Amino acid sequence: MPRLALLDPTKTEGQAEALENKLRLKQNLRTALFVAIVVCGNLVGNVLLRAGMRRSTALPALAPTNYVYALLYPWVLVGVLLLIVGVAAQLALLSWADLSYVAPVTSIGYVLTALAGKVFLHEPFSTPRWAAILLITAGVTLVSRTPPSTTGGECYGGRQ
Amino acid sequence: MKWALVAVISASSALADVLQSAGMKDHGEIQDFRPQAVAGHLARLVRNRNMLVAVASLAVSFFAFVALISVSELSFAVPATATTYVLEVILAKYLLREHVDWHRWTGATLVAGGVALLML
Repeated sequence: MPRLALLDPTKTEGQAEALENKLRLKQNLRTALFVAIVVCGNLVGNVLLRAGMRRSTALPALAPTNYVYALLYPWVLVGVLLLIVGVAAQLALLSWADLSYVAPVTSIGYVLTALAGKVFLHEPFSTPRWAAILLITAGVTLVSRTPPSTTGGECYGGRQ
Repeated sequence: MKWALVAVISASSALADVLQSAGMKDHGEIQDFRPQAVAGHLARLVRNRNMLVAVASLAVSFFAFVALISVSELSFAVPATATTYVLEVILAKYLLREHVDWHRWTGATLVAGGVALLML
């Protein structure tokens, strides 16, 4: 019997099941939206950060004060802001979804980053990289078939 | 130098994500994204010890990443640090007590294999 039927005795089992399915769909859509924000924020942020760092070729890598100067480059600043948006979205996502779900699923960003590196930054792209894209995509597809929460998320109802 | 930075990024990122996950589960599910509610969430999160250590780890990871991408290509830097994702699944099972079924293990293994290929 659906859990909501136990919470609300005025609902029939069919009504409760329909309501639970609706809530699960809503939560799945919200999870997908936040995964997209995490991936896009990291992808665009990394591309802009790299583009900005290429322009700041005079900056030595490990001098702390030079990180502050790097923020004066608009590409670097926008890149950092987008990375912050990605981190905030990941925090919200982790408030209801498992880390073992969020981490692999958001790794699709590596595929998109490699493609963006080729398209926008003209970085080299080999045949094994296409195989890598297939493997990572298959891995993400497998993990995305599992419920986002297995530890007692409010909507998903605990261990599956 | 490049691989030392990769090791620092992987360890600090995995630690940060595990602590973030624990901290956010303590905080509770975020459903209200209005500015006032977000401010309330932030006010509570800055007092969460797990989150504070996670932020410190993230800072280490971020600066190491910036150093890495200034001495290497982005297409090396990002895939090289992806071992973090497999490490996180292992830590999630044993530290966060998440239920990691064969879909997640296989998925994480495929991602790891893909990442290794991505570096070729």
